[in-house]
Amino acid sequence: MKILGIDSSGLVASVAVVEDDLMLAEYTVNYKKTHSQTLLPMLDEIVRMTELDLKTIDAIAVAAGPGSFTGLRIGSATAKGLGLALEKPLISVPTVEGLAYNLCGTDKIVCPLMDARRNQVYTGIYEFDRNQLITVEDQMAVSIENIIKRLNFLGREVIFLGDGVPVFKNVLEEKLIIPYSFAPAHMNKQRASAVAALGLCYAKKGKLESAAEHQPDYLRLSQAERERAEKRNGA
Amino acid sequence: MKEEKDILILAIESSCDETAASVVKNGREVLSNIISSQIELHKLYGGVVPEIASRKHIEKINQVIEEALKEAGVTLDDIDAIGVTYGPGLVGALLVGVAEAKAISYARNIPLVGVHHIEGHISANYIENKDLEPPFACLVVSGGHTHLVVVEDYGKYRIIGKTRDDAAGEAFDKVARAIGLGYPGGPKIDKLSKEGNPQAIHFPKAHVADAPYDFSFSGLKSAVLNYLNGCKMKGEEIIEADVAASFQKAVVDVLVEHAMMAVKEYGFDKLAIAGGVASNSGLREAMKSACEKANVKFYHPSPVLCTDNAAMIGAAAYYEYLNGTRHGLDLNAVPNLKLGER
Repeated sequence: MKILGIDSSGLVASVAVVEDDLMLAEYTVNYKKTHSQTLLPMLDEIVRMTELDLKTIDAIAVAAGPGSFTGLRIGSATAKGLGLALEKPLISVPTVEGLAYNLCGTDKIVCPLMDARRNQVYTGIYEFDRNQLITVEDQMAVSIENIIKRLNFLGREVIFLGDGVPVFKNVLEEKLIIPYSFAPAHMNKQRASAVAALGLCYAKKGKLESAAEHQPDYLRLSQAERERAEKRNGA
Repeated sequence: MKEEKDILILAIESSCDETAASVVKNGREVLSNIISSQIELHKLYGGVVPEIASRKHIEKINQVIEEALKEAGVTLDDIDAIGVTYGPGLVGALLVGVAEAKAISYARNIPLVGVHHIEGHISANYIENKDLEPPFACLVVSGGHTHLVVVEDYGKYRIIGKTRDDAAGEAFDKVARAIGLGYPGGPKIDKLSKEGNPQAIHFPKAHVADAPYDFSFSGLKSAVLNYLNGCKMKGEEIIEADVAASFQKAVVDVLVEHAMMAVKEYGFDKLAIAGGVASNSGLREAMKSACEKANVKFYHPSPVLCTDNAAMIGAAAYYEYLNGTRHGLDLNAVPNLKLGER
């Protein structure tokens, strides 16, 4: 099975093609340029380099949120357009799970931290059982103190990754009472190869959707909806 | 003799609160025109909420495109080019259409043509008026734009006048809110105006010094708000229909005056209007009679082609396609794109 993976949920733009247990290509850029301008040229580079016929792709895996609202939509619209044009299904890979899958095989607890602004992180708690991703706590938007409390309660050694690490490093160092470490540079941000590889597992379990029905899972309401709900609850 | 092949454009529009796709043949024949409107959703907030609009676009876009192809009875194999609005508009909303269009274009090797939203509105006039060809003058009036444009040729535009503050449609929305009509204000004021006296209240018509074609509507909006406050303070009854009619007349008078001045100065015998406010009945009637008096042929799209739609983008994309316009995989959304820029 050949999977095209796309992740534009954060600052990183990443595209990869994974065929069963082989990664054919991955192009990952962590630079400020807009994803709208980088994502397809990156895919095009992969297609040229590997003489890939897009029609041979079986499904398109996309980091489906949480993340930057606009970033998610660029990835999703790209995946939806490709899916529509190639008549291929999509696989929604929760962003935090995709991040955790970077560390597949570790015996530690894995805790991705994405800076969600407004004093929150997009995070979750995972572990691996013979390379299978096990969700201990599903992805969520919570305060850094909240996730630290959960980790301290679990009492196991944890490894952190994600763009939230540099933002919350001081708090982590101050409040964690368990052994912890941080993932190194080559595996501590979003990678489309992980999204594609995890997507492949989902596809084998039949977790496919049509390009038309796919949409990002933001984990958060828009500001206008939130304020409206607050106003109504307050009234 | 070899018959010329028809050119089919698949067009996508997502610059504001309508998710739209259309298939247009040879720039003037609409084979399908699918619009998924979000108006009901945004009514809750009294105006378009960009993040909600963007979320709705991504939810609907594939269905809308698939329906457009199906209703036209074609597949992507038949499509010669994909036209997409890449500005101006809400950046998050535009990005959905742009990313989608680029992905389809890339996957199927179909040429991509980025279209300016206003160029789309102007081109809506080509669809129902087979005889209309440049050069002509066009007044574009909508919730986001008020432009007086000289259409020199297909794809060649010169803006001779624009608003200095609020767009005409924006003024309609704000005044509608002030007299309790709700959103969207344009159609509601238009309807209520028919029951009111346009001479009842004298609202000022703003002219911009040294820029005879430019518009300004914020002063007019303030005048209406001041009038309403004044009535409340004095305990006088407010006749909403008269306010609506007098306000609408003040807007329409200025629009007509500037448009006719342009037609006269540039020597055109054709004038077109476009954009959401172009479906305002007061504007249409006034413009029609002014054109008749001046012996100028008056063009306007039907209401469904005045509001945001993809058929107009398809019409514009067709002429851009013929002109050789092509965009690459790095096409980006440009929220403040200027007309005539690439």
